[in-house]
Amino acid sequence: MIEGVKISGSLRNRLTVSLIGGAAVLALLMYFIVRAYATQIAQQGQDNILGASVNSILDAANVSEGFIDVDFPYASFSMLGTDTDDRVFYAIYQDDELLSGYDGLAQIFPEVDKGSAYGNTTFKGAPVRLASASRMLVGADLRVQLTVTVAQTQDSLLGALNRIGRNVAIFGAGFFLLVVILAFWATSTAIGPLAQLTTSVARRGPQDLSPVASPVPREMAPLVFSLNKLMARLEYSLSRSEDFIAEAAHRVRTPLATVRSHAEATLLRVDKEENRQAMRSMIRAIDESSRAAGQLLDHAMITFRADNLDQKNIDLVELVQDLAMRLSPIAEMRDIELQLDALGPVSVIGDAILLQNAIRNLVDNALKYAPSESIVRLVVATTPKPSISVVDEGAGFPVGEINLLPDRFARGSNSGGIIGSGLGLTIAQEVAEAHGGGLTLNNHSRGGACVTFSF
Amino acid sequence: MILTFLVQPVLAEEWEDQQFFGSATSQKTLRILSNTDTRFFAPIIESFLKSQPSVSVKYLVTGSAELYDIFRTSPEDFDVVISSAMDLQFKLVNDGYALALGDLEHPDWAQWRESLFAFSTEPATIVINREAFEGVPTPSSRQDLIKALRQRPETFQGRVGTYDVRHSGLGYFFATQDARASETYWRLTEVFGSLGVRLYCCSGDMIDDLVSGKIAVAYNVLGSYALGREDAQSQIKVILPSNFPTKMMRSAFVSTNTRLPDVAGTFIKHLTGIQADISKAATFPLPPLDRTVEPAISLDPALMTYLDRLKRRTFIQEWESAIIQ
Repeated sequence: MIEGVKISGSLRNRLTVSLIGGAAVLALLMYFIVRAYATQIAQQGQDNILGASVNSILDAANVSEGFIDVDFPYASFSMLGTDTDDRVFYAIYQDDELLSGYDGLAQIFPEVDKGSAYGNTTFKGAPVRLASASRMLVGADLRVQLTVTVAQTQDSLLGALNRIGRNVAIFGAGFFLLVVILAFWATSTAIGPLAQLTTSVARRGPQDLSPVASPVPREMAPLVFSLNKLMARLEYSLSRSEDFIAEAAHRVRTPLATVRSHAEATLLRVDKEENRQAMRSMIRAIDESSRAAGQLLDHAMITFRADNLDQKNIDLVELVQDLAMRLSPIAEMRDIELQLDALGPVSVIGDAILLQNAIRNLVDNALKYAPSESIVRLVVATTPKPSISVVDEGAGFPVGEINLLPDRFARGSNSGGIIGSGLGLTIAQEVAEAHGGGLTLNNHSRGGACVTFSF
Repeated sequence: MILTFLVQPVLAEEWEDQQFFGSATSQKTLRILSNTDTRFFAPIIESFLKSQPSVSVKYLVTGSAELYDIFRTSPEDFDVVISSAMDLQFKLVNDGYALALGDLEHPDWAQWRESLFAFSTEPATIVINREAFEGVPTPSSRQDLIKALRQRPETFQGRVGTYDVRHSGLGYFFATQDARASETYWRLTEVFGSLGVRLYCCSGDMIDDLVSGKIAVAYNVLGSYALGREDAQSQIKVILPSNFPTKMMRSAFVSTNTRLPDVAGTFIKHLTGIQADISKAATFPLPPLDRTVEPAISLDPALMTYLDRLKRRTFIQEWESAIIQ
């Protein structure tokens, strides 16, 4: 179906990939942002507790009898208990001198009475978060700056972060999966109208060059507009060439009629047998040309009318009867009996002129190929579909060519000596197709051809 | 004289007890530093050695405060450290002296950092000499005790004993936890002071003096030790104070400097396996880990509070001013 079309990439893939790629970037971004945010919040939580611990120790400090006493509560450290049993270190400094606690714990000396300062360091081989705060203590003859630092390892924080990270990763992956599904759905939805257009164009009959009628998305309008224009041009040039053929046929037929009457007159006047023979051949050739021109005209008319069917309610039996009557002189000339088989009126919707033309061509063929003193039966049936069959008692269609015969200008191998243009079956077939039906050719089991025109 | 003074503290540590279990020719000797009397641990060590025939155990006993100092000075000399002073044990672990044992099933509240494992629940008790309380009701709480002591000061003068918190790690731990729980502790201490209290290093000595009748009341004695003296139950009576009993959890950890981490880990597993299972522990002398209630004194950083130099100084000052009159 798409042989011969050069393919470069795929809209669907491009759309899907860009949507999925975007989603992946967003998911990663979300992961990192939420993680960073969570880190900040978790760190804030730890800092708050460390700060509270530091302050509870500082608050317990007082100067009594020249001594610094820091009788801090049990809660100062118990508030630092964590699920993961983080280690706790602390140091209490009087000015620059360690008063109590762990020696070597990195000191930040925040400004006095300016709240806690926080930092990260490593102590006893473990990374710790520490909080520090300072307070000025004033005694009788004493004025010291007391600095308290409390540090805690970060196992609990890291555990929490890992948990959050894992959850965010799961959410991110879920989000990504959802977007992937949405991307496929969105892509199909976006590509859908294109596929619809493709189907509607592909399903068209060979003659259908009408513009695309169903609405299309805005983005596809230029394409459809161009397509419609292309088809209009195609139709125009097609009808031009049909017109040309019709015109040509018409122009040829009239002079041919003149030539024929002259030839007939001449035939009456010549006596020499060889001259008469030549004249007869000439008349015969003229007849053939004239018939071909006539059929070309018919064909052009059918091509035109097929696109603009003049739909009317028609009784097939009446139509065939009428036709049989008109053709009976020719039949009688050949000693052939036209026999109509019909049970009752068969009504169909169709173009009477086209149908007449088509059936006449079929009957014409039958009359041409049927032997003398035979019967040509015209069968009008209603089931399974309304149809007209033309059955003769002639030699039948040449086996093996049966499918090719409806082609333009195709003639059977048994047609030698019989006048014909090869357009009769083509016309019948095109009319049948214009009416949504078909033409079936087969040979009767007892000999003779059978052509069924069905709706 | 000077030489001895210089050499002695370095070379010979004054062990309260020192026992060797298993074959002397064994390749691996697990060195356990403990403040728990050998008789409580011998059955556990023996059952451990049954499953580890190639191992021998050197069991070294010292006081809880000395244990802390000895271990901090030479942590590489010991594989397993066992002590009843929860605070000191906690501090050692917090300071990074303990090895984490990842594969040990133990209640969360009874362990810290998968390194420190509590394996017994032992209350501090009031132990009285039955004779001294003949004809009078035995006290059931600290308030009762205060009342009883005040009513008959002549009976109890110089006959009351408790830990010297300045030298006993466990005594200090019990005292600080008592003080934290109730003001009654200070009132009691003042009464003790007024009666000329005798100060002891260890539960064992207090029980000895109770049995002999040298003292009539001992406060904050390890109930397990007192009950463990089966021969003395007719002379003494163990009373669990009805309000806020102070309960200590004995704990153990493996030193980071151990040369036998696998054996030491297996020993801790063996120990906790016995002690955390009441039916198993019943066949051993050490009280089991009480799994029915979470302890009032939990393994958390607050244990380090009273180990703070300033806090300790303040506490000791207060204690001294109350008890030494």
